[in-house]
Amino acid sequence: MKVIGGSGMPIEVLLVEDNPGDVRLTQEAFLDANPSVHLHIASDGVEAMAFLRGEGSHSNDPRPDLVLLDLNLPKMDGREVLAQIKKDDRLKTIPTVILTTSDAEGDIAKSYQLQANCYLTKPVQLSSFEALVKSINDFWLTKAKLPQSPKG
Amino acid sequence: MPLEVLVVEDSRGDIRLTQEAFRDVNPFIHLEVAHDGVEAMAFLRRQGAHLHAPRPDLILLDLNLPKMDGRQVLALIKDDDTLKTIPTVILTSSEAEADVLKSYQLQANCYLSKPMHFDAFHALVKCINDFWLTKVRLPQNDRGDESKPGAHAGRERAGNTSRGTKSGGIRRSDESDRRKRNAH
Repeated sequence: MKVIGGSGMPIEVLLVEDNPGDVRLTQEAFLDANPSVHLHIASDGVEAMAFLRGEGSHSNDPRPDLVLLDLNLPKMDGREVLAQIKKDDRLKTIPTVILTTSDAEGDIAKSYQLQANCYLTKPVQLSSFEALVKSINDFWLTKAKLPQSPKG
Repeated sequence: MPLEVLVVEDSRGDIRLTQEAFRDVNPFIHLEVAHDGVEAMAFLRRQGAHLHAPRPDLILLDLNLPKMDGRQVLALIKDDDTLKTIPTVILTSSEAEADVLKSYQLQANCYLSKPMHFDAFHALVKCINDFWLTKVRLPQNDRGDESKPGAHAGRERAGNTSRGTKSGGIRRSDESDRRKRNAH
């Protein structure tokens, strides 16, 4: 049985983000907030879906416990990735958190319509971004009960 | 504008604790209570005595409820195009894996189990407030009540325009940020 936090079991998080600077900052912030988080990176929407479906070079990758999804991505955009995750009976139970610079009401409404689990805007300031990563960790990876994932 | 939270809970003790905890952590929360699943749906659909009920910004939903159980309430919310965008947080004493899985299958926004001890419960309510009602961007809520003054104003933070999509990401060595951090 997988117990999130406290058991020393790694927590698998998939970050779907094309901006290398934001990837780096997210990695550093998670390292500070919770060293048992394994952060996997997909830098576009097509790679994210291949990772989630275990296709191609991703056949040995773990099923993530949480997905952090940017909206504006090359190849396949985040809204399409979100729609595909939430339409797939095997993937829909993975909590998918939108993490984007957009604070347009249209993007927020659309994301909740597509059943994003929650919507967060990336703060521009570094210290606020670090605090946001900490609160993602405190809420999603500590307090929330995540579905047990059928891992190999 | 106060945030509207609908608590769907049949235990009087838990209702009382939730009210007290929210009063402590955020006095701007308007807590509404539905005691069973049927009342929750009537509230959300503004039926009967709930004709002027506000649209909640967040729903805290127990699973085991009289009349209509929480799984059914969740399924109805997430099957309804006008209600599905309301974040619905399962807050229950059940820790059964099957309940967790079923809730995420029905597109619960998240699942929390109620701790037994008062202090831990209070901390959880604080965490719900700090995350869902502070950090998370909730969908714009026009309250849907035309009779209320200011109903069209929407939420204070509504109406923002996009800050642009790829504006170089987070500023790593921003001077003002550094100054701000040093000041504390």
